[in-house]
Amino acid sequence: MSRANLALIVLIGLIATLPLFGGAYALRLGTMACMYAIFALSWNVVGGFAGYPSFATAAFFGFGAYASGVLLGAGLPLWLAVIVSGVAALIAAGALGAALLRLRGHYFAIASLSLVEVLRELVNNATDLTGGGMGLNIPLAAGSGIMADALFFFYAMWILMLATALTVMWVAGSKLGFGLACIRQNETAASMVGLNTTLYKSLAFALSACFVASAGGIYAAWVHYIDPSDVFDILYSVKPIVMTLIGGLGSPLGALCGALVYLGLEEVVWRNYIQIHTGVLGLLIVMLLLFLPHGLVSLRLARLFGKAKHV
Amino acid sequence: MQAVQILINALVLGCLYACIAIGFSLVWGVLNVINLIHGSFIVLGAYLAFGLYHALLLSPWYAVVIAAPLFFVFGYLLQRLLLNRVITAPVLVTLTLTFGLDLILNNAMIYFFTADYRKLILSPPLGSVSLFHVVVPVDRLIATVSALALTGLLYLLLRRSRIGRAIVAVRLDRDAAVLMGVDVKQVYAIAFGLGAALAGCAGVLMALIFPISPLTSSAYLGKAFVVCVLGGLGSVSGALAGGVLLALVEGIGATFVGPSLATTLSFVLLIVFLIARPQGLVGRKGFE
Repeated sequence: MSRANLALIVLIGLIATLPLFGGAYALRLGTMACMYAIFALSWNVVGGFAGYPSFATAAFFGFGAYASGVLLGAGLPLWLAVIVSGVAALIAAGALGAALLRLRGHYFAIASLSLVEVLRELVNNATDLTGGGMGLNIPLAAGSGIMADALFFFYAMWILMLATALTVMWVAGSKLGFGLACIRQNETAASMVGLNTTLYKSLAFALSACFVASAGGIYAAWVHYIDPSDVFDILYSVKPIVMTLIGGLGSPLGALCGALVYLGLEEVVWRNYIQIHTGVLGLLIVMLLLFLPHGLVSLRLARLFGKAKHV
Repeated sequence: MQAVQILINALVLGCLYACIAIGFSLVWGVLNVINLIHGSFIVLGAYLAFGLYHALLLSPWYAVVIAAPLFFVFGYLLQRLLLNRVITAPVLVTLTLTFGLDLILNNAMIYFFTADYRKLILSPPLGSVSLFHVVVPVDRLIATVSALALTGLLYLLLRRSRIGRAIVAVRLDRDAAVLMGVDVKQVYAIAFGLGAALAGCAGVLMALIFPISPLTSSAYLGKAFVVCVLGGLGSVSGALAGGVLLALVEGIGATFVGPSLATTLSFVLLIVFLIARPQGLVGRKGFE
């Protein structure tokens, strides 16, 4: 296990000890941190490893939230609903990916962006199933006091984050990860030497979808109420990109660090400047891209260990 | 008669869509940047028209003359000072940068103008003309004619003027243009300025018809996406074809399956076009 992966596992282990130190507010932040980490780690598979600018995270998140919401309403237990939405997203994204990933660059970005719009409109219109614009109420799942509830959802999200991190680490070290790196560097050459690029890209897209959808399921059960403009918010697509850019493109450790740093910044801005919080986020994005394009990891690695690995 | 009405509506709306998309298409085609600020530029233009009408009683069709140079300078500086630094970076970087800029501009508009929907109401109202039972509101007609005039002006500029030819040259082959002595940085900045000016003017015209709010910017941006992909990137004729096709699909969709599904329909069409015919109806060409 490489040093970066070890650091990643240690960091995740440290996050698990959060309930020892904080109350309900800290647990809420911790749950958000785990959710953001799942986003960033997942996006990193398609955006960082394969180099495809996907803006579909919000589509998967909303899909998972609504799939789980409907299933929970039908009386399924939470764990089953979350797993079913994850698997459904895996299959759907794999199939969609086979079609969408033939596009490159700008065209792929726009197609993935419009996926969010299409799903939001569909959910908005399917009033019978999803409640449409009125939103969807989700029955209480745990319901045994505020603290127990917070603890339950924190660990649910944490376990999902651990699963995501292990999968991403496995992908990074596997033949799939190597193939994706080849695709990022030169897709034409990769397919010339016999790599099935469509299959690899679809797998990456599917993997980037399934954990995000499961996180959407847990989120839906956690907040008890979802509506289309909330869960299909395009910001959910952009935030993981920003987190990954903060941490450093292509590195799972960087993605996790980026998610934590981002959450910290967001919380500070939300608390103090709620009226201009999206503007501050925009400013952060602009500064980041202009002055620190390879992220925090590159800064540290460049100084300590020489060149960063995935740049 | 219903069919004729749908057709006329589509033509009128399609020209407006073309006007919304043409600046976006120009920037995408020439700079190879997806300019996500475009929607907010349009809304800012609409606010300018609203403000001018209420402060000076200046009608929107005159406000175009004021908006164009203002937005041109704004866009020119934005490109020169910020975007130019990352212009050679991968798609992800330029796209995310313009997204960040859009967040700033949009949030600033919400902060200063609030998110309330406003409407520019002309007094006296212009009414509508009807011919053989086909009704067209006059304000829409004026906006459409102005939109067509703007599109035609851009076409002439690109075709006849020296800078226009330089823009087309950079669009077709950047490296060859550099070898011919074209100042690419300057061309990029001017093309971006023109894109911003067209967005601002489109916004002024939209103020005549649609309600104004910072929240509408993403809808305009979505239309610009769809029109560009349907019609084909980077040509005036492509934007017109894409605009009319989109308006037709929306009009027919709204009549037969209901207006709320029409947006979904247009985005599904977008994805189908992206996969089956990414060069669009007219094809991927320069501003010939």
